[in-house]
Amino acid sequence: MADKKSDVVLDPLINNNPIALQVLGICSALAVTTKLETTFVMCVAVIGVLMVSNFSVSLLRHHIPPNIRIIVQLTIIASLVIVTDQILKAYLYDISKQLSVFVGLIITNCIIMGRAEAYAMQNNPFMSLLDGIGNGLGYSVILLGCGLLRELFGSGKVFGMEVLPLVTEGGWYTPNGLMVLSPGAFFIIGLFIWGIRTIRPEQVEAE
Amino acid sequence: MRQFSVRYNLLFSAAVCGVAAIFVSSLAVALSERQEVNALLYKQSNVLQAAGFAEPGEKLTSEEIEKRFENIEIVVIDLETGDEVTDIDATAFDQQAAKKDPERSSEAPENKARINRLPHRAQIFKVKGESGEVEKVILPVEGYGLWSTLYGFLALSSDTRTIEGLTYYEHLETAGLGGEVDNPRWKALWPGRKAFDENWNPEIEVIKGAAGPADQNPYQVDGLSGATITSRGVTNMLHFWLGPDGFGPYLEKIRAQKGVA
Repeated sequence: MADKKSDVVLDPLINNNPIALQVLGICSALAVTTKLETTFVMCVAVIGVLMVSNFSVSLLRHHIPPNIRIIVQLTIIASLVIVTDQILKAYLYDISKQLSVFVGLIITNCIIMGRAEAYAMQNNPFMSLLDGIGNGLGYSVILLGCGLLRELFGSGKVFGMEVLPLVTEGGWYTPNGLMVLSPGAFFIIGLFIWGIRTIRPEQVEAE
Repeated sequence: MRQFSVRYNLLFSAAVCGVAAIFVSSLAVALSERQEVNALLYKQSNVLQAAGFAEPGEKLTSEEIEKRFENIEIVVIDLETGDEVTDIDATAFDQQAAKKDPERSSEAPENKARINRLPHRAQIFKVKGESGEVEKVILPVEGYGLWSTLYGFLALSSDTRTIEGLTYYEHLETAGLGGEVDNPRWKALWPGRKAFDENWNPEIEVIKGAAGPADQNPYQVDGLSGATITSRGVTNMLHFWLGPDGFGPYLEKIRAQKGVA
């Protein structure tokens, strides 16, 4: 495990990416990446929850009885996710409507529980906070990349602004229907993983 | 690893739950007012869109919404008789809550729109012109598409035959396919079409393919490509709500009042 602060934050971006290497958190990566706007808000929400959950779990790590630790972690994570959902509903109503159940489903995002169990339970609160930021950013890099490609090729837009004029709007670009459906994200994430493992062959699992 | 007693486990979990519960509930209470305002504004801005007082996707402040609502009267009607009811506050009426209340709703007759329960009363909006004359009525419609129930508003001209607009404010259809019910270009196809035929049977229909302009083909609207089932859902829900179990009786009363036959 990386010890240096910068490593803790930067490692999960490529070297130890939670989606590409650990293949966690795929569900939300499929569901919210049809548009960059929702993707971005989702990323911020996940980073927020991950930071605070890692921090609080780490603060309590010497006091949490091992036999009930999972349920305690889950209680903390679930509370944070509900709070996030409530805040979005109060301040970003439109986007929270589009994200619908997927904000609530951050609870089941394996990255958050995975980091609490694998990192926050063994490390001090500050390092855990950094680990939360790092893994949240790692998640965001893949999601934003995926969201960018899906919005661009699926609806010809980037952040809601027209880039490729659609045939239906009098332009020339015929949108790729696969991109707006969940399987489109599978292909894109698959390609990302392929790309990363071609550059970093050490990430390929042993047969 | 350190051993913890059962007593400690119980106390610890109780403490975690207590802290989490207080944290979550106090925040939820603190934010609830803002959330309710948001939900109301969202609905109102959709009514404005259906009324043609706002562009689709236009962001409005609460003052603007209030101002544009000046010419809109909120009315609650009895669905069965078609009469306006005056014994309750129409603005505060929550049709979705009424639908879930067994005393204020009943099981819907079998229908293609897959509506299970029907409230006894419905909230509608009357849009008035300069002289106070009712120009349009806006009716809430809902029905099942492919994945989800679509909730929207249908605006009818005061002759109750001409459609002034159709807009959806809530659905979970596939983005880019069924989700294209939100596309301004598709919505623009609705104004000018006719909802009823000469004998006042609901005739409007979303077809497969292109339907042509409204003056040539008043009863049909272009289908959403790749979204046959959502398109069919739109047809079904309009037929239901325009029919005798929906707003049929109310629309008939309007016609009787105006002497439109």
